[in-house]
Amino acid sequence: MKLDYRSVEELVAAAESSGKQICRIVMEEQAEAMGLTCDEAFTLMAYEFQVMKQSVIDGMNPDLRSSSGLSGGAAAKMQAAVKEGHSHFGPLFGTAIAMAIAVAESNSCMGQIVAAPTAGSCGVLPAALISVMEDQKINEDSVIMSLFTASAIGMVIAKNASISGAEGGCQAEIGTASAMAAGALTEIFGGTPQMVSTSVAIALKNILGLVCDPVAGLVEVPCIKRNAMGVANAFTACELACAGITSAIPTEEVIHSMKLIGQSIPSSLRETAEGGLAATPTGCRLCKQIFGK
Amino acid sequence: MNVFDIIGPVMIGPSSSHTAGASRIGKAASLLLSAPPVRADILLHGSFAKTYRGHGTDKALVGGIMGMEPWDLRIRESIERAEKTGLEVRFSSGTIDGAHPNTASITLTAADGSTAQLTGASVGGGNILITQINGMDVSFTGQNPTLIILHQDLPGVIAQVTSFVSQHQGNICNFRLNRKEKGGDAVMTIELDSAFSEELAEEIRKIAHIQDVILFHLN
Repeated sequence: MKLDYRSVEELVAAAESSGKQICRIVMEEQAEAMGLTCDEAFTLMAYEFQVMKQSVIDGMNPDLRSSSGLSGGAAAKMQAAVKEGHSHFGPLFGTAIAMAIAVAESNSCMGQIVAAPTAGSCGVLPAALISVMEDQKINEDSVIMSLFTASAIGMVIAKNASISGAEGGCQAEIGTASAMAAGALTEIFGGTPQMVSTSVAIALKNILGLVCDPVAGLVEVPCIKRNAMGVANAFTACELACAGITSAIPTEEVIHSMKLIGQSIPSSLRETAEGGLAATPTGCRLCKQIFGK
Repeated sequence: MNVFDIIGPVMIGPSSSHTAGASRIGKAASLLLSAPPVRADILLHGSFAKTYRGHGTDKALVGGIMGMEPWDLRIRESIERAEKTGLEVRFSSGTIDGAHPNTASITLTAADGSTAQLTGASVGGGNILITQINGMDVSFTGQNPTLIILHQDLPGVIAQVTSFVSQHQGNICNFRLNRKEKGGDAVMTIELDSAFSEELAEEIRKIAHIQDVILFHLN
């Protein structure tokens, strides 16, 4: 089946007409496009997932520190709180946000990660999937398959809006990652293709307009914690969509509005470190401290 | 674009543009020199110049020059490794006119004194655009096998090269010509759909009015 990844609607229609899951039709189409067998495409994706799992482990190291000194060690703290029973919203939630911070901190500390879709937003998808997989004893192969759904969603957003913070603000990075994670989770939980699409719409709507304002231009403050928020956003969107709640604004229109909003975000709030949190007195002081001017 | 452009690349953090892309620019420069470099002069522009220390852009560039891929954990100690292996590295910051904010210009010198120069921009998601080679303006990504052909701008040279490529089953997916002036030094950038051998590149080198051929493939 030929897919051009121009709309989520295309994916839903292809899944409905073939009676297959979105992940399956995407894997088949992509394998063919890349000249691979489905098994080979799956093996490549399984490798990405192994790196994701390792990045969670790496990031839980309590001694991790970034070269700027701005980050490291928060994931270990969050994980300790969960282990000691101090997670107020249950161990799944606590573990999920600890994992998101772990991967994002590992990234800040020059660890090995999988950009998903970017390095700045690399914690959302692994945390959402691995925490749920472990908590609910979900078969790993079906989680790996869901990465095909996630990446198809990412491709549609990349083609119709943006996945770059410098172009579209944080909504393009954590927003896309949340939407990818929401769609993957919705499919894992047996949601229909339409529910997958709805979860994408909800996740994006929740984050539209979020700016990219990293302190000192580094992928640390506020990026790391926004990865945790991205997981919470993905959980919210998945839960709502799986309950049969729909989005008043169709997915494609949400993605288009994300593009337009991105274009109207001033350059100072698109990864230039000239506005927002980067321009606060503390943000400026930290920047001076790190770069000496 | 495929699924592994969205989920991937596997890379050393923290930034696909400031580390993964930077290491690929370094690697690209290293491909131009036939011997290992003993000296690297790296000029950083824009955001690269401002934030390279915090992002580890310096380590990524040096790692790339030493042949490391964006996912190689040794990138973290590349500068120490360079010192140990006798690669002298000098960084400077400056302005490159009209350049993308994430641009580096690298000049490499080998033990025999031969040099190679490359300017590249990290344009997002770990992707790069090579904009200058040995002082000549070019524009290609390195994702496809690419022939960089320095030649004299004379009638028929391009036709000879492209027909040679097609005779050897090479399908050209992108072609670009840059020249300083009519009849002067010129550079062809030919991107191909499939791999091209060094032996065939050597054959192209024998065509009249061709000064040099560089076969380039990053992946």
